Amino acid sequence: MKRVGVFICHCGLNIAGTVNIKDVVDRASKNPDVAFAADHKYLCSEPGQALIGESVKQHNLDTIVVAACSPAMHEVTFRNVAQTAGLNRYQCEIANIREQCSWVHDDSTEATQKAHVILRQIIEKAKLNKPLNPISVPVTRRVLVIGGGIAGIRSALDIANSGFQVYLVEKTGSIGGRMSQLSETFPTLDCSICILGPLMVEAYRNPRIKILRLSQVEEVKGYIGNFKVKVRQEPSYVDETNCNLCGECAKVCPAEIPNEFDCGLTWRKAIYIPFAQAVPPAYVLDDKSCLGLLPRACGECKKACDKFGTGCINLDAHPQVHELEVGAIVVATGYQMDEAVKRTEYGYGAYPDVMTSLEFERMLSASGPTSGTIKRPSDGRVPKEIVFIQCVGQREPETALPYCSKICCMYTARHAMLFRHKVPDGQAYIFYMDIRAGGKGYEEFVKRCQEEGGILYLRGRVAKVYEENRKLIVKGMDTLSGRTVQIPADLVVLAVGMVPSRGTHELANVLKTSLDQNGFFAEAHPKLRPLESATAGIFLAGAGQAPKDIPDTVAQASGAACKALGLLSSPTLEREPTVAEVDGESCSGCGLCLLLCPYEAITLNPTTKLAEVSEALCEGCGTCVASCPSGALTLRNLTDEQLLAMVTAAVSQ
Amino acid sequence: MSTKACAGALGIELKEMDEALCCGAVFSNVSDNLMLHSGPNRILARAQAQGNALVTLCAGCYNVLKRTNLQAKRNSTTQDKINTFNEERYTGGIDVLHFLEILRDKVGFDTIQGSVKKPLLGLQVGAYYGCLLLRPFDEMKFDDPHRPTVLEDLLTTLGCSAIDYPMRTECCGSYLSVTSTKTATLLSQTITQSAQLHGAKMLAVSCPLCKYNLEELQNRSDVTESERLPIVYFTQLLGLALGLSPEDLGLEFKQFQTIQDNVKTVEEDAIQQ
Repeated sequence: MKRVGVFICHCGLNIAGTVNIKDVVDRASKNPDVAFAADHKYLCSEPGQALIGESVKQHNLDTIVVAACSPAMHEVTFRNVAQTAGLNRYQCEIANIREQCSWVHDDSTEATQKAHVILRQIIEKAKLNKPLNPISVPVTRRVLVIGGGIAGIRSALDIANSGFQVYLVEKTGSIGGRMSQLSETFPTLDCSICILGPLMVEAYRNPRIKILRLSQVEEVKGYIGNFKVKVRQEPSYVDETNCNLCGECAKVCPAEIPNEFDCGLTWRKAIYIPFAQAVPPAYVLDDKSCLGLLPRACGECKKACDKFGTGCINLDAHPQVHELEVGAIVVATGYQMDEAVKRTEYGYGAYPDVMTSLEFERMLSASGPTSGTIKRPSDGRVPKEIVFIQCVGQREPETALPYCSKICCMYTARHAMLFRHKVPDGQAYIFYMDIRAGGKGYEEFVKRCQEEGGILYLRGRVAKVYEENRKLIVKGMDTLSGRTVQIPADLVVLAVGMVPSRGTHELANVLKTSLDQNGFFAEAHPKLRPLESATAGIFLAGAGQAPKDIPDTVAQASGAACKALGLLSSPTLEREPTVAEVDGESCSGCGLCLLLCPYEAITLNPTTKLAEVSEALCEGCGTCVASCPSGALTLRNLTDEQLLAMVTAAVSQ
Repeated sequence: MSTKACAGALGIELKEMDEALCCGAVFSNVSDNLMLHSGPNRILARAQAQGNALVTLCAGCYNVLKRTNLQAKRNSTTQDKINTFNEERYTGGIDVLHFLEILRDKVGFDTIQGSVKKPLLGLQVGAYYGCLLLRPFDEMKFDDPHRPTVLEDLLTTLGCSAIDYPMRTECCGSYLSVTSTKTATLLSQTITQSAQLHGAKMLAVSCPLCKYNLEELQNRSDVTESERLPIVYFTQLLGLALGLSPEDLGLEFKQFQTIQDNVKTVEEDAIQQ
């Protein structure tokens, strides 16, 4: 006969507000299997935990049932209490009478009855629980960081500096990401590449970081602590260790295409350096733009390199597939700008002097297409009147993005301020919906722009932008004065929203992790687990999770690194033993469970031809158990016998 | 008149509707007076008895009838009330089309190009859409509400050079020409002046009321006769290109003269290009 102890939590008024706790305690006490029953206002508090610990000893309990909140919340807490009190931790069960009872019911009598039934079922289950020991699996103490922007670089550095090997996978020819394209950063106006550049070099020089440029993650297998990853690296055709950046190859290259780094405002050759501070510091041959690779019709770059350079070009290079083994993955894939052409009312694409904020950013940059001078793309004149439009295609659930990209208010204020620095006699107008300047020093910065910069903030939406007499007429509404305004501008800058980087969806499929309704990576819990994805061992950093600015991105990147380090801190990893097991006597080797297992945890033993469950891979979902035609599979501590006992308890009077 | 002539030339059979009423001119958004929906519902109910699609030439009627049709298809209690009152049950059985849609979707601009006998080469025409043809976009779904192209596409098919000017989707003033002539004049002159500034020699419209406003308010203003911008309905240009005579199309002498003065011969056009 088991000696079950029952503990019922009030959770303040969360449970006690609806459920009559005294009644539940009384009825539980009358259960012949229950040796002791008690209640407490907050069982998770220190006195509450102490009550459980003392009662185990005092009443010689061998099983405990805690009726409280969801096991997702405090199962670990109470199992630790049980363990400390000398019980096997799997002799502790949780009856959820909060999320599944008190929170969802109003009627006290019915809720009390339901709490009683839930508790009675869990007591029946707990009685049949077997003591189990956690499964110990080895951890591969290396990390894969996907995305070489500021988030990926920061995570990689933090992990490498703690002594672990990192693979930093970057899609383009250089690490640096969006931040490398920015001219200055808010609210301090310090130069973006000046603070990013040293970190890029640090990552490049760190012997524990291996940068894989032009690479994409193709396949991820395995589980937390032991991932097997295939990364496909496209050839750069240039030996990055030998390239001395002489640039002779680009001089002779005949193919010219729009330069992505300058948002298409300048041209680059097919063999090019992504940007001056690129890391790895080497040229890249873009084989999609090259005119003479296959069939070999040109090869001028190689000739020039052999003659004047270091002879580091190899036109016969092939893609490589790297097979990596890592224990944790940090996803830092970042964002891209939404397409401005979708907003036809603002004339982007129709008028050359309507540009996006990122294009304007490039123009402000000293390394940009105009070396930092602001010029109209149409005629090269310096604009005197400039209009910034915020929230373009954002915060419009019916027709565009429903969310706020969070950074536009700040960078628009910065753009207007920098415009004033560069064109002192110019006038900047900003159309806004409301100014969202939450952040350290942000509100002060916007105020400074308004007061010192002489920038005119107009609260309202722009209805239309059109060209007349070589001016862009911006027709909008100033809702504070209640009047329509018409501004003849020289340049119009659109603050378009942030959307997940191209390929995010495909990567999520490869990682088997989920995305939110806007296509960003979904976190495990919006408040309490913002750095983790729903898949164990995969952590999130930066704007790939949600729009955010540089300080938030860096903070999250260090946080994600810390989470990954926590995982690597011990050579082994403990996993829940509540997994499926096969009864070899009953298994017919039909293989149905193999097909259904979502974690590829089941294999057929080649000699016995029977199913085998990998304890390390199994997540305990129970799909195989339900499907097994011969009933050979069981889930530990959730056996058919236990389920039947629970059902009986649920329906008995 | 010009539409009938064009339809004949393109082999489209149009039947004039019997017992047509006024559509009410504006789609009513008033929720507590359903009487305003009675008229357009009667039109649709009668049209249903006579055919399977109702074609309009007026952007205003098109707007009212298309939106009434959508409302009827939703089949709400509102529609029940209207139907009970009207005693002519209508639940959205026919399609409401603008004649431009017939040309674009049923005939096809490629076919029209094949039927063009006298291309209006080099004629600089501004397409004017106004508001009701395009908006509200989620109900009208006619073309891009900010940068529509259907009229331009038709004009280019006829050989014209379509002039892009920013005011082509602005309101002409609608019925304000009756109640507040000053406002309507201001609105319609903004449109005509913008078109002239961008080099249009005439405007092609898709709505008789727009045509009336743009034309008449110019006539009444202090704009001299020679500076006035001729306004034509798009089928008048279509008809000319199809080889019909100006008389059949109801073209005024001055309008026809403007066209003749600006149309280039094939040789001239080739030289310019």
